[in-house]
Amino acid sequence: MFEWLGITPQGLYGQLLVGLINGSFYATLSLGLAVIFGLLNIVNFTHGAQYMMGAFVAWMGLRYFGVNYWWSLILAPLAVGVVGIVLELTLLRRLYRMDHLYGLLLTFGLALIIEGGFRQAFGISGEQYDIPEALTGATNLGFIFLPNYRAWVVAASLVVCFFAWFVIERTKLGAYLRAGTENPQLLQAFGVNVPVLVTLTYGFGAALAGFAGVLAAPIFQVNPVMGSNLLIVVFAVVVIGGLGSILGSILTGVGLGLIEGLTKVFYPEGSSVVIFVIMAVILLIRPAGLFGKEK
Amino acid sequence: MRFSKKILTAAVCAACIAAPAAWAQTGKISNGVVKIGVMTDLSGLYADLAGPGSVLAAKMAAEDFGGKVLGAPIEVIAGDLQNKPDVASSIARRWLDQENVDMITDLTGSAAALAVVKIVKEKNRIAMVSSGGTTRLTNEDCTDRTVHWAYDTYALANGSARALTQEGAKTWFFITPDYAFGHSMEKDASEAIVAAGGKVLGSVKHPFPGSDFSSFLLQAQASGAQVIGLNNASSDLITTIKQAAEFGVAPKQRLVGMIFMITDIHSIGLKATQGMIYTDAFYWDMNGETRAWSKRFFERQKRMPTMIQAGVYSAVTHYLKAIKASGTDEAGVIMAKMKATPVNDFFAKNGKIREDGRMVHDMYLMQVKNSEESKQPWDYLKLLKVIPGDQAFQPLSKSRCPLIKK
Amino acid sequence: MKLGKTAVGFVILVAAGIVAPFVIYPVFLMKALCFALFACAFNLLLGYTGLLSFGHAAFFGSAAYITGYVITKLGFPVELGILTGTVFAFGLGAVFGSLAIRRQGIYFAMITLALAQMVFFLCLQIKATGGEDGLQGISRGFLLGFIDLSDTLNMYYFVLGIFLFGFFLIYRIVHSPFGQVLKAIRENEPRAVSLGYDADSHKLLAFILSAGLSGLAGATKSVVFQLASLTDVHWGMSGEVVLMALVGGVGTIFGPVVGALVIVTMENYLSGFGSWVTIIMGVVFVACVLVFRKGIVGELNALIKR
Repeated sequence: MFEWLGITPQGLYGQLLVGLINGSFYATLSLGLAVIFGLLNIVNFTHGAQYMMGAFVAWMGLRYFGVNYWWSLILAPLAVGVVGIVLELTLLRRLYRMDHLYGLLLTFGLALIIEGGFRQAFGISGEQYDIPEALTGATNLGFIFLPNYRAWVVAASLVVCFFAWFVIERTKLGAYLRAGTENPQLLQAFGVNVPVLVTLTYGFGAALAGFAGVLAAPIFQVNPVMGSNLLIVVFAVVVIGGLGSILGSILTGVGLGLIEGLTKVFYPEGSSVVIFVIMAVILLIRPAGLFGKEK
Repeated sequence: MRFSKKILTAAVCAACIAAPAAWAQTGKISNGVVKIGVMTDLSGLYADLAGPGSVLAAKMAAEDFGGKVLGAPIEVIAGDLQNKPDVASSIARRWLDQENVDMITDLTGSAAALAVVKIVKEKNRIAMVSSGGTTRLTNEDCTDRTVHWAYDTYALANGSARALTQEGAKTWFFITPDYAFGHSMEKDASEAIVAAGGKVLGSVKHPFPGSDFSSFLLQAQASGAQVIGLNNASSDLITTIKQAAEFGVAPKQRLVGMIFMITDIHSIGLKATQGMIYTDAFYWDMNGETRAWSKRFFERQKRMPTMIQAGVYSAVTHYLKAIKASGTDEAGVIMAKMKATPVNDFFAKNGKIREDGRMVHDMYLMQVKNSEESKQPWDYLKLLKVIPGDQAFQPLSKSRCPLIKK
Repeated sequence: MKLGKTAVGFVILVAAGIVAPFVIYPVFLMKALCFALFACAFNLLLGYTGLLSFGHAAFFGSAAYITGYVITKLGFPVELGILTGTVFAFGLGAVFGSLAIRRQGIYFAMITLALAQMVFFLCLQIKATGGEDGLQGISRGFLLGFIDLSDTLNMYYFVLGIFLFGFFLIYRIVHSPFGQVLKAIRENEPRAVSLGYDADSHKLLAFILSAGLSGLAGATKSVVFQLASLTDVHWGMSGEVVLMALVGGVGTIFGPVVGALVIVTMENYLSGFGSWVTIIMGVVFVACVLVFRKGIVGELNALIKR
C-alpha cells in the first residue's frame, strides 16, 4: 500500500518525526507571539528579530565570553527579555490607546532596524554555532537516525510550552494577566499594578522568542535574516491557532509542522505555501482561528 | 564696439583651435572617462562570494593598469542589485542613460544578469558577467555585447558530476533549490552523469530559500544513492551540509556541492566539509602568481578571493587592455578586440572568448583538505585535476546561440 | 476653502509633472508615478475606508504579469495590454474582497496576506511567468499605433497621463456620496450600519476599486521597465506600499503621492549603502508611527490650519 505513495512506512515515520520536531519548534516560537497578542493585543512584528537576537546572544556569548550553550539557554532569553522590556517602556507604551495598526507598524519598523543593524554588523552569511558536546551524535531508531540534539529540541519545546500554558491558564498570575486584558481599569482598582504586569508580559514573550533562538542556533545558520524568514510562518501559526489562545498556537504549531513535513515528501515545492492555504481556509470557516475567541 | 569684436574674434579662434582637439579626444574615449560599473549583491545572500570583494577586484584592476587608459581616467562604481532583476535593470538604465558607464561587470544572480545584458545590448555597451552562472547567457540569450567570464552551470556540473561518476560513484540523488539556477544545475549534472554511465535515482526540489533540510536529507538517505548532489548555493548549501553532518549522512553517502565557494568552506569549517570534491575556476594557493595577487586582495578585504572576484579582476584587465590596443572605447571595436586576444593571466590559462561570448578556460577539480592537512586559515583545498577549457565548457557545436554561423 | 487648497495642489502636481522630465531622470520619475498611483489606490482602502490590507502586491504584481504576458506572448498592443492587466486586477479584487471582507481588523489583514502569498506561489511556479527570472523583454510598442513609446519622453507623458487619470478618479470617488459613506464606515461602522448603509457592499466596492487601480499601476510599471518579476508580488511590496501611505499621510489625497516620492527617492539614493537602507526605513517607520502619525501631508495640513 505504501509503495503507491512512493515512500516506505519507515520513510514516512521518519518524515513525520522530522515534522514533529519542526512543529514543536514552531510551537515554541509562536508561543511568545500568542502570549503578547493574547494578553496585550499587540501584533508583535519584532518577534522574528527577538528570535534572531536570542541566537546571536548565544553565539556572541560563546565566541567572546566562553558562555556555553546551557548557560545561554537561560541568559540569552533574559537578555532579549530585558531588551523587550526597554522597548515596551520607551516606545510601545505610547500606542496602547490608539488603533492596533500603529502597534503593528511600530514593531515592524523596529524589526527592520534591528535586522538591518545586525546585517550591517555581521554580514549575511551567518555564523557557526556548534551543537553542544552532550547532544552530538544520533540514535538509531531503526527507521531514522535521529540526531540527539533534535530530540532535545522536542523535549525542551514541550516543557517550555507546557510551563507557559500552565502559568497563564492555571496560576493566579496568569489569571491577573487574563483579567488585565479584559478590563485593565477594574484590575487596577483591585490593587494590581497593571502597567508593570503588561511590561513584564511583553518581556516574557520576547524572552520566549529568544529561547527559541538559542534552540535554533545549532541547527540553523545564525544569521540576521533567520527571523524574517520564519516570521510570516509563525504569524500564520498563531492566526490559525486563534490569536490569544496559548493552547491553540501550541497545537497548531505541532500540527502545521507535521503537515509541512508531509508536504515536503509529496509536493516539496509547495511546502512553503501550504501554511498560507490552510490559513486562508481556516480563517474563512472559523474566523477566530481554531481555538480563538472572537474579540 | 571694436573691443567686443576683438573678444569675439579671439573666442572664435580659440574655439577653432580647441574644437579639433576636443573632437579628437571624444573620438577616442567617450565622455573622456572609462567608467566601469560593478553590479553585484552588496548586502544579501551572495555578498561574500561576490559583493564588495568584486568591487575591490575591479578597483585593483583599474589601479594596476595605472588608473588611466589612453589618457582618460578609469572610474569604478558599484551598484547593489539586491538579487532582484527589476532593481538591476533600473540601475543599468540609469548607469547607461545618465552616468555614461561603458562596461558593466559581475552581475550576481542569473535573473538579474539576463535582464541587464538585454539593456546593455540595446544601449550598445559591454557586459562582462562574472557572478551569474546561467548557460542561457551563451545560448538562447546571447548577444554580441556579452562576455560570460568566470564559470557557468555547465562547467561546474560537468566537472564534478563526470569526474565522480567516472571514479565509480554511479548513483546520484539531487537536492535542488526550486528556481531556474537550481533546475539548470540539475539538468546539466544529470546529463553528465548519464553520459558517464551513471544513474540519477531521484531528486527533490525545495523552496528557495529554504531553512530546514532534514526532510530532504532523509529522502536522500532513503534513496540509497552513493552521491547526494547539492545544487543550492551560499547559505542554503551551508545549512544543508551542516544538517547532513547531524543526520550522519557521511561516510555512507558522499555529499557534493555543485556550486561551492571557498567562503562557504570558511563558514562551515573543515570538519563538516573535509573530503568534499567540487569544481572551481580559481584557488588562491595554486601557484606563485595566484598567491601574490590573492595576498594583495586579502590585505584589503580580509578574506581570500573566490573565482568570481578573481574573475572580475581578470575581465576588467582584459577590457582595459583591449581599449589600449584599439585606441577607442567603442563597444563593437572593443568586443572584436577582446575576442581576438587570448587571455593568459593568473586567473585564466589558455583562455579565449568564443563567438557565443563564452570565455573558455581551464577549470579545476578540487578537494577539501582535512583538518590535519590544513596548516592555516584559508588553506582548505588541494588540486585533484585540471580540466582543460575545451572539455570543461559546452562545446560550440552544441550552442543554441543565434550568433553562431552554423 | 478646502477646494481651493486641493485645486492648488492639483495644479502644482500637473505643472511639476509636465516640466519634471527635463530636470530629473525620466525613468526614475516614471517609477515614482507608478508607485504614487499604487499608494493612492492603497490609501483608498486604508485611509478612506479604514481597512489595512497586507496583500496589495497581489494586484500590483499579477496585473504586471498579465500585461507582460499578453503583450509578449499574444502580441497585444500597449493600451490593450495595460487594460487587460487592470481588468484582471479588478476581477482578482472582487474574488479576494468577497472572501476577506467577511472579517475585521487583523484577521482581514491576515486573509489578504494569505491570499497574496498564494498568488506569489502561483507566479513562482507557473512556467508562463518565468519563475524568478520574471517576464522579460516586454516591448513598449506604439501607443495608438503611431506614438513610439521606446522614446523615453513619449513614454513618460503616457505614464503621467495614466497617473493623472487614476489620481483624478480616486479624488472623485473620495469626494462623492459613496466616498462619504466610506468615511462614515471608517469612523464608526456600527453607526453607519444603523443609519441604513450596507457596510459590506460599500467595503467590497472600495476594495475592488483599490485593487483595480493598484493593478493599473502595476501594469503600467511592467511596460515602463519592460519587466515583471517576483518582487512585484512579494509581501515586501505590500509592506512598502503601507510605508508609502503612512509616510505621506494616510487619509489625505496628496499624501500617498508624497510618500511614494519620498520612499522611491530614498531607495534610489541609498541603494549603494547595503543594510543601511533597511535601518533607515525602519527608523522612518518608527518615527512616523510615534511622532508623525499624520504623515508629511497630514502634518503640513495641520500646520496650515494653524
